[in-house]
Amino acid sequence: MLESAFFWLFGGLAVAASLGVILSRNTMHSVMWLILCFFNAAGLFFLLDAEFLGIILILIYVGAVMVLFMFVVMMLEVNEAVKREGWLQYLPVGGMIAVILFIELVAASTSGLFGSEQMAMAAHMGADVNNTVEIGKELYTRYLLGFEIAAIILLVALIGAIVLTLRERKDAKYQNISKQVHVRKEDRLRKVSM
Amino acid sequence: MIPLSSFLIVGAALFSIGIIGLFLNRKNVITILMCIELMLLAVNINFAAFSHFLGDIGGQIFVFFVLTVAAAEVAVGLAILVAYYRQRRSIIIEDINTLQG
Repeated sequence: MLESAFFWLFGGLAVAASLGVILSRNTMHSVMWLILCFFNAAGLFFLLDAEFLGIILILIYVGAVMVLFMFVVMMLEVNEAVKREGWLQYLPVGGMIAVILFIELVAASTSGLFGSEQMAMAAHMGADVNNTVEIGKELYTRYLLGFEIAAIILLVALIGAIVLTLRERKDAKYQNISKQVHVRKEDRLRKVSM
Repeated sequence: MIPLSSFLIVGAALFSIGIIGLFLNRKNVITILMCIELMLLAVNINFAAFSHFLGDIGGQIFVFFVLTVAAAEVAVGLAILVAYYRQRRSIIIEDINTLQG
């Protein structure tokens, strides 16, 4: 009973917050709504016995990705008037696509294949089962290749983001290390006859 | 106890809202990126729900991978945005037509 109450709380707040993301006029408010949405999704993950993922969602998404979004929103000045121009122009086609998709997805999920009769109610894990340990066991054995590829993807993204935003200023003085290392005595010393 | 279909409906709602957001906020790249995040979150909820109800932890591993790729995508996307803004002083989508796409 308490569990379904929490489910409706987290699920309802997640959907309401996602509506806030797409409807709020200020981009910063959108970021805030998205943070609320991620917190509630983390709550849903906790209900699904995925504690590690819930914590990861809060730490990485709210703590890193959304803060990055905030920095970028604050760095770039967005013209609010131009941004909202033609706002309702795309509502009919977009709304139609989304409503059709939603109806299809709901029809598929309530078709009886995923109801409580066909899909057995999964009992919650006991207190002795450590979700992080289970994920670690699986991640470092069966999914080791995927784990390594994920690490490389993160490294490439890191280097790519640095290279894209690196700016060499024309007016600043840089040291040329290669030139410094290869300098010889003759280049700098001059004999003066007295 | 909550049936699996309830989780799937929440995921479907988040995904559809993400798609509507893509259409509504076509001028603002940052909001488009946030809508993509919403859609990925919906997929993650479905993965975690199926992982729980099928008793297979592989679904949670895939959520992990999706999170990794989404974080990388956001980092590169926002870096491109900052680099573009330095060049053009604007991030309106209509102005981003240098490649004549």
